Amino acid sequence: MESASNIVEIRNICKSYRRGEHTIAVLNDISFDIARGEFLAIMGPSGSGKSTLLNLIAGIDRADSGSIVVNDEDITALSESELAGWRADNVGFIFQFYNLIPVLTAAENIDLPLHLTGLTRAQRREHVEAALEMVNLTARSEHYPSQLSGGEQQRVAIARAIVIDPVILVADEPTGDLDRASAEDILGLMERMNRELNKTIVMVTHDPHAARSAHLVRHLEKGEFSP
Amino acid sequence: MILWKIIFKNAFRHKLRTALTVLAVAVAILAFGLLRTVISTWYASVETSSATRLITRNAVSITFPLPLSYYSKIRQVDHVEMVSYGNWFGGIYITEENFFANFAVEPETYLELYPEYLIDEDQRSSFLRDRRGFIAGRQLVERFGWEVGDIVTLEGTIYPGNWEFQLQAVYRGRDENVDESQFFFHWEYLNETLEETDPAMADQVGYYLVGITDPDMAAQVAGEIDALFANSPAETITETEESFVLGFISMTETIIEVIRIVSLVVIVIILAVVANTMAMTTRERTGEYAVLKTLGYSGGQITFLIMGEALIISLCGALLGILLTYPAAQGFRQALRAFFPTFNVQPDTILIDLGIAVIVGIAASLIPSRQAVRIRIAEGLRRIG
Ligand SMILES: Nc1ncnc2c1ncn2[C@@H]1O[C@H](COP(=O)(O)OP(=O)(O)OP(=O)(O)O)[C@@H](O)[C@H]1O
Ligand SMILES: [Mg+2]
Repeated sequence: MESASNIVEIRNICKSYRRGEHTIAVLNDISFDIARGEFLAIMGPSGSGKSTLLNLIAGIDRADSGSIVVNDEDITALSESELAGWRADNVGFIFQFYNLIPVLTAAENIDLPLHLTGLTRAQRREHVEAALEMVNLTARSEHYPSQLSGGEQQRVAIARAIVIDPVILVADEPTGDLDRASAEDILGLMERMNRELNKTIVMVTHDPHAARSAHLVRHLEKGEFSP
Repeated sequence: MILWKIIFKNAFRHKLRTALTVLAVAVAILAFGLLRTVISTWYASVETSSATRLITRNAVSITFPLPLSYYSKIRQVDHVEMVSYGNWFGGIYITEENFFANFAVEPETYLELYPEYLIDEDQRSSFLRDRRGFIAGRQLVERFGWEVGDIVTLEGTIYPGNWEFQLQAVYRGRDENVDESQFFFHWEYLNETLEETDPAMADQVGYYLVGITDPDMAAQVAGEIDALFANSPAETITETEESFVLGFISMTETIIEVIRIVSLVVIVIILAVVANTMAMTTRERTGEYAVLKTLGYSGGQITFLIMGEALIISLCGALLGILLTYPAAQGFRQALRAFFPTFNVQPDTILIDLGIAVIVGIAASLIPSRQAVRIRIAEGLRRIG
């Protein structure tokens, strides 16, 4: 069922960390929306709170105040275990350092999130094969992460993110650890996910070149969006 | 389930670390198993002693003798079925290192009071016929490679001189707890010789062995026997073989206590070793557990991963230790057969070994898994790179 055109609605989010006596405000009263099918890039200097914001949207961290509604669900109201279930169903993650499980093959890594769904073995295999094909790694499915290049590992990570057919894809510096060619490759893939599968993507990046792949670029500075 | 694969792969990811941990657990389990076997061997001698056999000895000490004349008096006590007697001979075979228990006994009654000694009928009767014959347990015979018909010379310590005996019979134990390392010969042979060489030592008995009809009568019979000789120059103490043996054991009770404590220490060491390994590995994998949690895996599933890995390591160690326990016990028995005529690893020791491994695996993973579950995902993810 299609609801409002905004897939993410963020209202008055505040987040601070306590370091000993001091409290460091990282996000100050942030409000914004992300449209369905958007490819948003968030840029900003180091320490500006980009990762923190992304983690809040992805439901792996909690805000101090404010609300975050994703696909009509207020995730700030969910309990820890509800939130875990929500992530498993709705969010695809792409990290800077790929974060594959080293003891599992490429195919098994992609299979990992599917184990939390009710899919049968055969259905899971089908999904894994489709995802491998999409990132063009069918030939490397039995390889372990240590046997793959950085770019290939990131492609596996993208396959793992997309395999559950998430509502939203979040990526924290997905090209931060890659050379130019691999980065191009990864960005191309993400554009395809956005264009062909109509996936909403939120990407944090330092790289202006990477940001060019996105439709929209927002600049975060000292916990606030600059106009 | 994919988690099982992760568990197995993780357990053997650091080959050297896992191998050392498994080895440490194996050695500790081996030590524990041997210590427990020492204890159970000690008590096995109590379990095999019969409640229908009483032992009458001199009230002063087992080293003081009783007159042979008590024999017929004890025989007449109600509920007494059979009486035998014997002396600790204390002979040495070639050298003192060859120590084994040897007794001069009244052969016919003695063997009848010990139905747990299984003897070939022909051998039994040739032993009973030959005044210089002796009967020995199977283990003792194997230890020295004796064969029926061989002449064996013991050097007397309590009774000086060289004493020659001919092996006429070999007994086997009815079950594995029966001591198969003893040596018995005719009391008459000893006494005849003493009559000639040292008449003052003749007609003296080290202890009487009294067979009773009904174990419930033991206390009453013992009381009556001791009453018979009250106020005589050689008063007696009569007790069941069981309490006699237990009295013997209680001397070593403190040693047993020490062994028990050492066993506990061994368990604590295993726990420390496995807990240390688990703490290291889970710390290294903080990022991986954070990724799994990000994907939606629950705290319970993370705990399962960590606990499973700890259990695999501790169980591998326990299995290796158990495998080593049997040959080690065999070696123990060879080396110390004078002190431990039987040295068998009991099945319950193996069960306890496995129980320890399970408890250690669980206990060692409690704190690491708690930490892995509790750490915030964002925090765990920051530990990568
Ligand atoms: N767990 C934490 N405890 C204390 N301070 C934290 C914690 N996590 C983040 N911070 C601080 O919050 C601020 C924002 O961090 P964040 O990781 O969101 O920045 P970022 O914009 O992603 O930076 P980068 O580009 O370097 O990744 C930083 O000053 C950081 O030091
Ligand atoms: Mg960051």
